[in-house]
Amino acid sequence: MANVSFVMPNFVPAIPEMFVLGMACAILILDLFFSDKDRVVTYLLSVATLVGAAILTIALSTDTRELTFNGSFVRDPMGDVLKVFIYVVTAFTFIYSRRYLEARGLFKGEYFVLGLFGVLGMMVMVSAHNMLTLYMGLELLSLSMYAMVAFQRDSLKATEAAMKYFILGALASGMLLYGMSLIYGMSGSLDLAEIAAYVALNNTNVVLMLGLVFAIVGLAFKLGAVPFHMWVPDVYHGAPTSVTLYIGTAPKIAAFAMVMRLLVEGLGDLHHQWQDMLIVLAVLSIALGNVIAIAQTNIKRMLAYSTISHVGFILLGILAGTENGYSSAMFYVVVYTLMSLGGFAMIIMLSRAGFEADKLDDFKGLNDRSPWLALMMLVLMFSMAGVPPTVGFYAKLSVLQAVVQVELVWLAVYAVVFSVIGAFYYLRVVKVMYFDKPDDTTPLEASMAERIVISANSLAMLALGIFPAVLMQLMVIR
Amino acid sequence: MELFIFYAFAAVMIGSALAVITVRNPVIAVLFLVLTFFTSAAIWMLMEAEFLALTLILVYVGAVMVLFLFVVMMLDINISVLREGFVKNLYVGIPVALIIVAELITVVGVKNFGFEKFAAPVPHGPDYSNTKEIGRVLYTDYVYAFELAAVVLLVAIIAAIALTMRRRPDSKYQDPAKQVLVQRKDRIRMVRMAAEKKKSD
Repeated sequence: MANVSFVMPNFVPAIPEMFVLGMACAILILDLFFSDKDRVVTYLLSVATLVGAAILTIALSTDTRELTFNGSFVRDPMGDVLKVFIYVVTAFTFIYSRRYLEARGLFKGEYFVLGLFGVLGMMVMVSAHNMLTLYMGLELLSLSMYAMVAFQRDSLKATEAAMKYFILGALASGMLLYGMSLIYGMSGSLDLAEIAAYVALNNTNVVLMLGLVFAIVGLAFKLGAVPFHMWVPDVYHGAPTSVTLYIGTAPKIAAFAMVMRLLVEGLGDLHHQWQDMLIVLAVLSIALGNVIAIAQTNIKRMLAYSTISHVGFILLGILAGTENGYSSAMFYVVVYTLMSLGGFAMIIMLSRAGFEADKLDDFKGLNDRSPWLALMMLVLMFSMAGVPPTVGFYAKLSVLQAVVQVELVWLAVYAVVFSVIGAFYYLRVVKVMYFDKPDDTTPLEASMAERIVISANSLAMLALGIFPAVLMQLMVIR
Repeated sequence: MELFIFYAFAAVMIGSALAVITVRNPVIAVLFLVLTFFTSAAIWMLMEAEFLALTLILVYVGAVMVLFLFVVMMLDINISVLREGFVKNLYVGIPVALIIVAELITVVGVKNFGFEKFAAPVPHGPDYSNTKEIGRVLYTDYVYAFELAAVVLLVAIIAAIALTMRRRPDSKYQDPAKQVLVQRKDRIRMVRMAAEKKKSD
């Protein structure tokens, strides 16, 4: 062995990751010493961890791009923004889930610890600059999510959903890994910068194309784009609502980051090839998501199909392949996450011990029972449908603008037509809340914390819709 | 000679891999999987990846597959139910599989992965230790991924325990602390009984 030199990596950019990992391990140990009565300390510590991570990420944020750990970790402005939104959304998720979990005997330390490890996985995905770390982050996130879906041991539905999620997720990971191995076989490197350099010189290589196809199949599975969407409705429906809230929100931000890192940073020069594939995925997702959602009577399933159609919109922004397209897709994914956070949280607010409130009929006459919550749900539904002046409108507008700029006008027209069709089922929720008589007049049990957070969540949709530039200026790529 | 060994092991490997998915008895399928791992370890050995080859045998054949065997033998799997619809799906499945195989052969063939594209690796000298080399890159260049793998394993442990550990009311669980702290008065009850009187006759 000749002289081996080892340069100590710069640990500073990864401090938020180390903080979350350390806190998750500490909470895991501390939780053993709490009785069920004091379990609330675990919950508070988990929320505090996310707040602390947000402070650290913002404090360490700069305008430049830093690589460390031999090029396998990157910290850039896009990553910082996405990470902060991941913390915020997950903290909201924890706050919303507390009463729901307590009512079902699921208020255990592992729920929060797995949630924090999932956040760590998302952070790793967001700042991955190497296919190996990208994959490790994805597995860390997926493994935490599989366990969380199966958390309600006595529920047959949850177990079935976890099984489906696990098997299909493992298959998708296999596809992604095979694609990565082909790309590695050709380029001889796992580093995204070196892959990009190789692809720039060899952008007609057929093996790279095959690798790209497999990688896109894997990514589409994780995003839940048609025709790889089968797991989405079943898992969202079967999982406990608090877990649906978790898996339906922040991981979408991480999935967006994964697509950006792998397709745009690594395989950016194959843009012409992956644009066509993403067009197919987007066209199918927007159509199927919006049309099938109309037939749903379970609101969790309905929101699952609506997720699929929103994923189609996110893909529209990415496939445009311009700076403007990427930042509007990033804007869309953040806005979508906040909207679906509110939507699923509203189901939790109406639920109580032994009652899930996941049917459309359970929202009947909400206006008579709680006018304020009905108004908040109205804002969220309008935002999802894309009605001005909510931010959902602006998000759709900016994505469509990016698509029109690259002369894919037909795609923009198509997306608009299907969002009009989609508006039907969002507005049906509003109709049910305001014009139907309530079947169930039990007083709502939602706690004050939940009410404050959901009000902030919904009013933010309105405020950001009026001042979208506040959020838009954060959406810088690179 | 080397070429002959390679082809012999490769043929056994492909044959046993096919057998894994075609034999009816799951126990035999697991044993074929063991054979597949073993032959691929031999091929790695030919590539001078001795450490990885031995790890594959020790970890996969020695530990993972034994566990698999136990699981397969413990679970009472009804194969006939699983095989329902096998023939029906065969008409679609076989053409699709053949198309995929043909496509993969055209892409991942000699044309793109032949010797013109990739030179044969130069054999290393006798004092070369690839165990040391793996250790060197694992703890330096790939330390971040290595640590992440540790976290993934930790999450797997937490998930497995969280999902399976729960107090079942019918389990005969002994609490050692209770057993140690037990006192005489908890177990023995002194009963003072009046001496039996003789029946006066």
